[in-house]
Amino acid sequence: MVLSQKTETDTTEQAPANAGETPTERLQWVSAAAYRIRHHALNMGEVQGQGYVGQALGAADMLATVYGDQLRFKAEDPHWELRDRFLLSTGHYAIGHYAALAGAGIVPVEELQTYGSDDSRLPMSGMSTYTPGMEISGGSLGHGLTIAVGMALGLRYQGSSARVFNFLSDGELDEGSTWEAAMGAHHHQLGNLTAMVDINALQADGKTDTVLRTEPVTEKWKSFGWYTQRVDGNDVGALLAAFDNAAAQAAAVGRPSIILCDTKVGRGVPLLENREKAHFMRIEEHEWQTCREQLTAGYEGKTAR
Amino acid sequence: MSDTTTTTEAPDTTTAAKPKLKTSAMIASFADPGQKTSSAPFGHALVKAAQENHKIVGLTADLGKYTDMHIFAKAFPERFFQMGMAEQLLFGAAAGLAETGLVPFASTYSVFAARRAYDFLCLDAAEPNLNVNIVGGLPGLTTGYGPSHQATEDMAIFRGMPNLTIVDPCDSIDIEQAVPQLAASEGPTYLRLLRGNVPTVLDEYDYAFELGKAKVLRGGNDVVFISSGLMTMRALQAAKALAAHRVDVAVVHTPTIKPFDAETVLAEINTDRLAVTLENHSVVGGLFETVASAVVSAGVGKRVVPVALPDQFLDAGALPTLHDRYGLAVDRIVAKVLAELG
Repeated sequence: MVLSQKTETDTTEQAPANAGETPTERLQWVSAAAYRIRHHALNMGEVQGQGYVGQALGAADMLATVYGDQLRFKAEDPHWELRDRFLLSTGHYAIGHYAALAGAGIVPVEELQTYGSDDSRLPMSGMSTYTPGMEISGGSLGHGLTIAVGMALGLRYQGSSARVFNFLSDGELDEGSTWEAAMGAHHHQLGNLTAMVDINALQADGKTDTVLRTEPVTEKWKSFGWYTQRVDGNDVGALLAAFDNAAAQAAAVGRPSIILCDTKVGRGVPLLENREKAHFMRIEEHEWQTCREQLTAGYEGKTAR
Repeated sequence: MSDTTTTTEAPDTTTAAKPKLKTSAMIASFADPGQKTSSAPFGHALVKAAQENHKIVGLTADLGKYTDMHIFAKAFPERFFQMGMAEQLLFGAAAGLAETGLVPFASTYSVFAARRAYDFLCLDAAEPNLNVNIVGGLPGLTTGYGPSHQATEDMAIFRGMPNLTIVDPCDSIDIEQAVPQLAASEGPTYLRLLRGNVPTVLDEYDYAFELGKAKVLRGGNDVVFISSGLMTMRALQAAKALAAHRVDVAVVHTPTIKPFDAETVLAEINTDRLAVTLENHSVVGGLFETVASAVVSAGVGKRVVPVALPDQFLDAGALPTLHDRYGLAVDRIVAKVLAELG
């Protein structure tokens, strides 16, 4: 195996440079990024009149941790060769991903209002051919991790130290291809591959444990040879610690890592957190402003403490 | 001209009837006895291409030895990735490798590529128009193992995939010349692989493989054969046999099924000659229908006779038996043409 490590000529674009020096500053930075993602998602949902707002709110802390703290990228050059790759296999989470891309400066914030409109670069389901910073076309679930395996193999073969992150939903654990990829990543010792699973316990037809039981997921991934962590996916401190652990053991040849994140659909907006859970959440026209106010009140209440 | 090289005769235990042929190993050779062949032309061509193009990598799903990928794996172990018996991973990972700028050739049997991993090829390789090269063994009727391994409708499945180039080579020459062109072409490709000892046929003609082009191999005044894949070999043999019946047959070889060289083919079809398509594929969705749609689109009022596999799940058995049963054998082609000519 050719594993000559390419010298990293450009290290100034490390995302954490923005994130502050102390643990508290880091936490505040990522929490603020998560708040902005949620705010953007509500605005996009309102313009579109619908959308996967519940998922975006639930996954906002994961996306903020990755884009605000972990990922190496250049906002002005989405194809920068040394960038870490973030693969969204759950295409319908694009609303949250677009918000994260806007937060990262890759997509202009003002463009977010075109979400789901004709001729927009921001379609309802994420596609690489439409959006800067979107590495793959997700949507047909269970594809992302297989592509991630190939990317990690290809980057390693070419001597790159770039890491590959794959965002999955727990519904994707139903797909056999996810487990083909889980074996492949372990077999090829893809130590620079990190997967994260949004376990919101909800699928299109209902609660995950009534659709197809995937638990015990921690034991499953461990038995597949992955470095496995399970955290509260809405706890930024826990997410930072887990991603730090994964980063610390990342290597060209080593165990792939997975972070299983238990999240809450609609997180940060009590009105939606307490609504009957649905894959595709209906929000009335007059409720959007209430949602934003609740989000801001919650965020400010937390940061004031 | 039946081929019996890889089959053995069963002992005649019950009746005095004609002895029954036995199914050979998985991959039966369709070379005729004494025919010139080349060993593993795909594997050697890939090695040669990879010596010049450092972006080329190889993958397989536990079928390296059966798709001649093992030749590449041995020559370039650091550029070969075994993905296990996991075809969705095979092609998803091939797309991922292509995303990093590499040029993957990923091999499995055609049945698994077409039927089992279609979604991954379609969305991960074809939609982003990546240079992912699918190498499918056992295309059409090239094994006697029955429908689980006979990819009789692979082209029908793949023709609907936007961006995908489909190549159905005739022989070792076609394969050797196609491989570097597939690597050099931008988007995804599908190669209907012939492996093992592959007949060498086209060296006797003034011919060179050109991606996207059909070529007239021989002229003829009475009949025109439009053929692809191993059926071009049979078409040339049938043309020779028909000469003995004073029937003059032209043969047009169209190894690229998509994009289809309608211009060359229509120019040959739009004559007074009997037009016959010959393919190692179901009569549904393959060469015949490709030609038929080109003929209709151009407003050419011309009957076209298909030599193709029937629209059904085929029998298991010895390959020569099956090729005869389903009309791909030379004798059957000759008989069909003579009947058409009345």
